[in-house]
Amino acid sequence: MIRVVLPTHLRTLAKVTDEIRLNIQGTVTQRAVMDALEAEYPMLSGTLRDHVTQQRRPFIRFFACEEDLSHWLPDAPLPELVANGTEPFLIIGAIAGG
Amino acid sequence: MSEVRVLVGTRKGAFILTSDGNRKQWEISGPHFAGWEIYHVKGSSVDPNRLYASQSSAWFGQQIQRSDDGGKNWEPVGNKFVYEGDPGTHQWYDGTARAWEFKRVWHLEPSLTDPDTVYAGVEDAALFRSVDAGQTWEEMSGLRGHGSGPSWQPGAGGMCLHSIIFDPSNPNRIFIAISAAGAFRSDDGGATWQPINNGLHSLYIPNPTAEVGHCVHHIAMHPARPSVLFMQKHWDVLRTDNGGDLWREISGNLPTDFGFVVDVHAHEPETVYVIPIKSDSEHYVHEGKLRVYRSRTGGDDWEALTNGLPQSDCYVNVLRDAMAVDSLDSCGIYFGTTGGQVYASADSGDNWSALVRDLPSVLSVEVQVLK
Repeated sequence: MIRVVLPTHLRTLAKVTDEIRLNIQGTVTQRAVMDALEAEYPMLSGTLRDHVTQQRRPFIRFFACEEDLSHWLPDAPLPELVANGTEPFLIIGAIAGG
Repeated sequence: MSEVRVLVGTRKGAFILTSDGNRKQWEISGPHFAGWEIYHVKGSSVDPNRLYASQSSAWFGQQIQRSDDGGKNWEPVGNKFVYEGDPGTHQWYDGTARAWEFKRVWHLEPSLTDPDTVYAGVEDAALFRSVDAGQTWEEMSGLRGHGSGPSWQPGAGGMCLHSIIFDPSNPNRIFIAISAAGAFRSDDGGATWQPINNGLHSLYIPNPTAEVGHCVHHIAMHPARPSVLFMQKHWDVLRTDNGGDLWREISGNLPTDFGFVVDVHAHEPETVYVIPIKSDSEHYVHEGKLRVYRSRTGGDDWEALTNGLPQSDCYVNVLRDAMAVDSLDSCGIYFGTTGGQVYASADSGDNWSALVRDLPSVLSVEVQVLK
């Protein structure tokens, strides 16, 4: 199971209080995580990536294993520690603006 | 006795104020959607417990929330706003071509006849409609596609479709307004549109009487006079008596004719309200005094309404969707400020009091009367 931590506002939107666990078949990538997240929580569609382009929204950042993965290609395999559930995949709203 | 419900959208959440018909004691609920910009909250006139809210943030984009119990509970519905076909470009501030890009929903207007049908005015300016209570949205592309779209430019606040008015006597007639393209009308239910800016004069654009390009801030109509509309423009207050075919200026003796809001008394179609704002760069009330101006003659002759409003050291703005009227016999007027106050008058503007003082900056105010 993949562990995903959402930013506070999206936890409220998705009505979850803790980290989310997703079952992903195949290679665990950013795209796979987003697809699984949006399938499980449809209200998150459009909040992390653009509806049409599927590009990560500019103020959304991805972190895991103490590394910024935001600029990794969407189909690049995520670190093994994320794929095996040891480390969470962190989704963070960029600290920008007021 | 009737109940009054005031729906307030702010930069950090929505608030719902309720009172009985006396409008003296108010209960406040909120913030709903805490931390999000709530550009607009509006209820269906068919089912007043059906509310729609535009919830957005720069980080997480757009949500549409729907309530079926008057705002006690909410659920997110569809948030996918996709321009039809190849959206092409409009003009950017510097005149260069800029691709249409959805940013947020500025205004929600439920249908007059069906609580599941709701229209959305968005930025970059376009009109969308849902017929399934907000689950899915489809662009009414005849507006952007009628011909002048590529020449539209944003105003300072963005290129937003902020006003949507239905003609209650004609289900096919819709009025909308865009900053900074102008006002438009459809006579076929939104399939096709025409600019209705004849009579507008805007000194700051290359052709002051151009067919499009005017920064209209808000339009308002009394339902008993659907051919009469009032307009607050980036400078000038105007009216039309023929559904927008021709406008004339009615600024008259206003201390300044810049502002954002305009609204009409619920029972007196010739009684109009504006709040003059100092511009072009200040965008707060004139002379440090918060004054609502009322004309009982449909414009030209205006009186200042100040009882209960701060008359010194006040530097707030009142944004375009932040004024509303109720339909009680003694018409109530409501407006919210960028300072977080919501003021109300229960006597057509003669006297005012603050319903609440310390909200986040107010973006919109709507009011419902519940039997």
